[in-house]
Amino acid sequence: MNRAIRRMAIEVVEKNRGLDDLIIVGIRSRGVPIGERMAKEITEMEGTPVPFGILDITLYRDDLTTIAPNPVVKPTKLPEPIDDKVVVLVDDVLYTGRTVRAALDALIDFGRPRKVMLAVLVDRGHRELPIHADVIGKTVPTDAHEVIKVKLTETDDEDEVLIMEK
Amino acid sequence: MRTQTSALRSRHLLGIEPLSPEEITLILDTAEGFKEVSERPVKKVPALRGQLVINLFMEASTRTRVSFEIAEKRLSADTLNFAASGSSVEKGETLIDTAENLMAMHPDMIVIRHKHPGAPKMLADRLPASIINAGDGAHEHPTQALLDAFTIRERFGRLAGLNISIIGDIAHSRVVRSNIHLLTKMKANVTIAAPPTLIPAEIEKMGVRVVHSLDEAIEGADVVMMLRIQLERQGKLSFPSLREYYNTFGLTPERLRRANRNAIVMHPGPMNRGVEIASDVADNAERSVILQQVTNGVAVRMAVLYLLGGAHVVE
Repeated sequence: MNRAIRRMAIEVVEKNRGLDDLIIVGIRSRGVPIGERMAKEITEMEGTPVPFGILDITLYRDDLTTIAPNPVVKPTKLPEPIDDKVVVLVDDVLYTGRTVRAALDALIDFGRPRKVMLAVLVDRGHRELPIHADVIGKTVPTDAHEVIKVKLTETDDEDEVLIMEK
Repeated sequence: MRTQTSALRSRHLLGIEPLSPEEITLILDTAEGFKEVSERPVKKVPALRGQLVINLFMEASTRTRVSFEIAEKRLSADTLNFAASGSSVEKGETLIDTAENLMAMHPDMIVIRHKHPGAPKMLADRLPASIINAGDGAHEHPTQALLDAFTIRERFGRLAGLNISIIGDIAHSRVVRSNIHLLTKMKANVTIAAPPTLIPAEIEKMGVRVVHSLDEAIEGADVVMMLRIQLERQGKLSFPSLREYYNTFGLTPERLRRANRNAIVMHPGPMNRGVEIASDVADNAERSVILQQVTNGVAVRMAVLYLLGGAHVVE
């Protein structure tokens, strides 16, 4: 997994042709440690720190009126204004695209980035919205009845990607 | 998208008394997320889009009504304000009839302030909307106690084990009742102090220490919470004069020295300067968190609206 994250970090820097105006933003909850590791890799590679932020998308979900109980809300923390910056959104798994849709809406309420990119550790397919990732750690073809679970040392005590039957 | 299972058991917030310590913690934790929303350039999130909240204020209120209204707007709910004066209530309509007529407009939530204790409960028993008690007589004012707890926790990082003294018009205060319920549930040590005429009989049964001198109450306190003398709720004064009340129970800088070094001063507002609190204390930026209480009120009310809004588990 660390190799995949390092590769994602390199790809972000290459696509952006450097660190100019770059901000890495992890989507709560598993996007946060992955984004943090990418920011650390980039900082080590380029020798200059890259700003890192956290986005909570709960209040922007499109299923708030249908799920019960309402999910827990935590603060969003952005290191600096995002106007005219290149924001790299980071999440663990790209599936229906609905989380990313919510993240885009949440992000736009904080300003007008010059560009928004999406980096995900796993792309498992089955999109329900016209959304794609710019940087992908690994593409994993799945069946809709399978569940992908990303475990990270920071939150689950180990690094692991599991494909399970529902 | 991951969903955590913690939630409130009821779809109403009628008081602090029915809440568990876990539910109180959930509301306070959620409010932390919402405090950040009020600091953004765009202070609005779409969480309650398309939901109608009616603010039914049958008794005077500025702070609470305005705070609820801001909270509702920041959650993108549609709001409708209904006050007793200038409405059909003046023409003799009963509360139930008023509420049923409003209900015909299909609100998702009703925030109610009423002079009679139990009015919110009566609505909750009859209407399909979520009911939030914004103060009912001398019974409860749950969102005030929650915002007080949030403010204390923000300063001290905890509630358990703190010495909290509540001083003033205990007898007529719904704020104090909600606060005692909340603070004792969260394992804080609560002391109340007032002239004997302003202390209700058997209040010790709520698990508080009762003293009759201000100095005794302030000694070693982490939080000094002053209550307003509610002149409008008293038939006649329960003490000889306002001047004498200030001299015996008014909080002055000298008296505050008996409190702990990091003690904070709170007041639910509106303040009667020179009656229960000296201006020098109320305006002391280091000690007084009175304006932080108002700011936090919006975040706490957003949390309550959010947790009660959305879909409901079938009860």
